[in-house]
Parts: sequence; C-alpha cells; structure tokens
Amino acid sequence: MGNMRYLLNGLWKENPTLVLVLGTCPTLAVTTAAMNGLGMGAATTFVLVFSNLFIALLKNLIPDKVRIAAFVVIIASFVTIVDLTMKAFTPGLYAALGVFIPLIVVNCIILGRAEAFAQKNKPIPAILDGIGMGIGFTLALTIMGAVREILGNGSIFDIKLVSESTKTIIIFILPPGAFFTYGYFIAIKNRLSANK
Amino acid sequence: MAKLESNLKNMVLSLVLISMGMSAALGYVYVLTKGPIEKANKEKEVEAVKMVLPDFDNDPVKDMKEIDGLFFYPASKGGQTVGYAVNTFTDKAFSGKFTLMVGFLPDGTINKSMVLDQKETPGLGTKMKEPKFYKQFEGKNPAIFKMMVKKDGGEVDAISAATISSRAYCDAINKAYQLFMKEFKKDAQIVKDSTSLVNVNETNKKED
Repeated sequence: MGNMRYLLNGLWKENPTLVLVLGTCPTLAVTTAAMNGLGMGAATTFVLVFSNLFIALLKNLIPDKVRIAAFVVIIASFVTIVDLTMKAFTPGLYAALGVFIPLIVVNCIILGRAEAFAQKNKPIPAILDGIGMGIGFTLALTIMGAVREILGNGSIFDIKLVSESTKTIIIFILPPGAFFTYGYFIAIKNRLSANK
Repeated sequence: MAKLESNLKNMVLSLVLISMGMSAALGYVYVLTKGPIEKANKEKEVEAVKMVLPDFDNDPVKDMKEIDGLFFYPASKGGQTVGYAVNTFTDKAFSGKFTLMVGFLPDGTINKSMVLDQKETPGLGTKMKEPKFYKQFEGKNPAIFKMMVKKDGGEVDAISAATISSRAYCDAINKAYQLFMKEFKKDAQIVKDSTSLVNVNETNKKED
C-alpha cells in the first residue's frame, strides 16, 4: 500500500532525531528519564499530526513568500490549544506532560515537516507522515531516556534496578551525558544503515 | 484550487485571515477551558492542603490568607485549630524557583510537606519528591531541628548531587516557618530551645 511508506519513513529511514537531526534541543534536554522521553514524544506527535493536517488543508491559501509566518502562527496556536485543553480536562496528564508542551513550539520537527512535507502533500499522507515522524521521535527519545536513566540513575520508568546506595554514573543524567548518548545513538544508527 | 500568487494583496489577506482564524479559535478554547482550569487548580490546592495536614472539616481555601507573598490555609476540626498549611516558595533553587506546601501543627512542628511546582533537574533535584528526602522533615520542629543541610552544619540529609535543591527546600520551609511564627504565634511561647532558634535566625540572615 502506497500510503504505508509515509508512515514507515519516519521510523527508520528518515528518523527525525537520528537522521534529520531535528528537534535536538528537546532531545538533549528531556531525555534524562525514559518517562520524560515518552511524554515529550507523545505530546509532539499529537501536535505534529494536527499541524501537518492543517497545513496540508490550507496549503493553497498560503502564498509562498509568507508561508513560514503562517506556519508559525498555526503551530503556536495549536500548541496553546493543546496546553489549555490538557490543563482543563486532564490535569493529571498535564501534571506529567505540562512542562513539555511549551517546548514543542521551539521544536524544529514540526516546522520542518510542515515545510518539507505537509505543504506539498494531500491531508492523508500528511497525517500519516505526522504519525510516523512522531512515533520515530518518541521511540528515539524513549530509548535514549532509558539508557541515560539506567546509567545515570540506576532505574527505568522510575523502577529501581540497583540498591539505593549504589553509585551510578551521574554524568549521564547531566547535560554532557545527553551529548555522549546522542552521539553514540547516531553512530550506531549510521553503522546499522551502512551494513544494509 | 490553484496556489495563491505571492502578491501583496494575497499575502496580507492570507496572513490576516489565518491570524484572525487562529485568534478566534484560541479565544474560544480559552473561554471554554477557563472554568475547568480554575476548578482543577482549586482541587489541586485542596488536595495539597489535605496531604500536608491532619484531618480537618472546614474549608481552608476559603479562609486562605496571604501574608508577604505566602499563602496560609488555616485548618480546624470542630472549631479547634489543627494546623496551618503554607504555600511557600524559594528563589534559591537550581532552576530559579519552586513552590512547596508545608503543613504546620499549631505548635510549629512540621506535619508534612510536598512539592507543588518545580523545574529542577530531572533525576537529581526532582528527588526531593521522593519519601527518602521529604520524610526527614516530618514531625520535626524547626525551633530545635537545624533546618540546614549537613554540609552547612544543619541536620538535613541532602540529596546527593543536588545540594542546591536540598538547600532551597530548607529555605522554603524556613521562610514559611519564620512567617508562621511571626504571624500566628506572637504571644504563644512554645520555643523549647531558644539557642537553636537564634541559630536558625542567624543562618537565615547569612543566606539572604
């Protein structure tokens, strides 16, 4: 099926984190724990799907020269709507994900996909691309978060793997650890792709 | 429909329309969510007050008093005061500011405390939300308990690699305690050990 390739594209071949290297700021900042990676990924996926859909629908109404400004307005409004809605109707979820929502505005993946994909395609492929990219981003962030959490905190998804007194490699949950982990992830991905 | 040409009229028109459409959507969502957000915030507040105080049967949020930027929630059961919950904050945190809810018994002893809102480093400073850290304050009276991390000569076990967050936690509780004693304990003499109270005051000054 033709549409499936849009969905699978973001998972491996054009993974936003590991291949396109977009959205590095949230990637480095939030992957201190697996749960954070998952939360940021889920919130981004949600916004990405809807912004892709809206932009694919409105693409003919937006003249080329002002497209970036129009995309930014659409994305920022959408993020605020998600923020308010979550705060009002799912306070529990908001407590867990709330800090990540404003970060989505500065996430290049959304604008990058609007620019590179949604504005040139029909709504259905745009939605599928949003889902695929979102899942690819979520997976990369969750695995990175898991690695950093295990090494730096001795736990995964807040479940302790080692005893309270065991010394862990704290640097992995500090900012430098984010760069180490990220670098290794990209290297491993490139190695695996090169072997194919 | 063909793509609109990039001439001035089209550009202005399309940006104005998109901005107006999005503003209208935002305004609508804002009005729609305003009530539920307030309700959710209030519930969160009541929940936090309940967490840090013993059983009560009044409405502390209704009797809430603001003093010097801190919020005091008096709680009583059958007309008898059972304690005060204080919404306090610190500016000395690793990432600027965080807020705590601290419950004091009428004599100034800390009942429980919990983090309301924080931006500390995940995995380090956020460990102040774990019982291992916050349990050590429970049942302690700042009048005789040195509310400082051990590194500074106090009695509080700091979180490893998050001394600043631990210090800030003590600072927030201290701030609430000092104000609480000043406002509600003007006449009551409950200080058991006056020397350590002086200590607390002095160290507080140093930190400021």
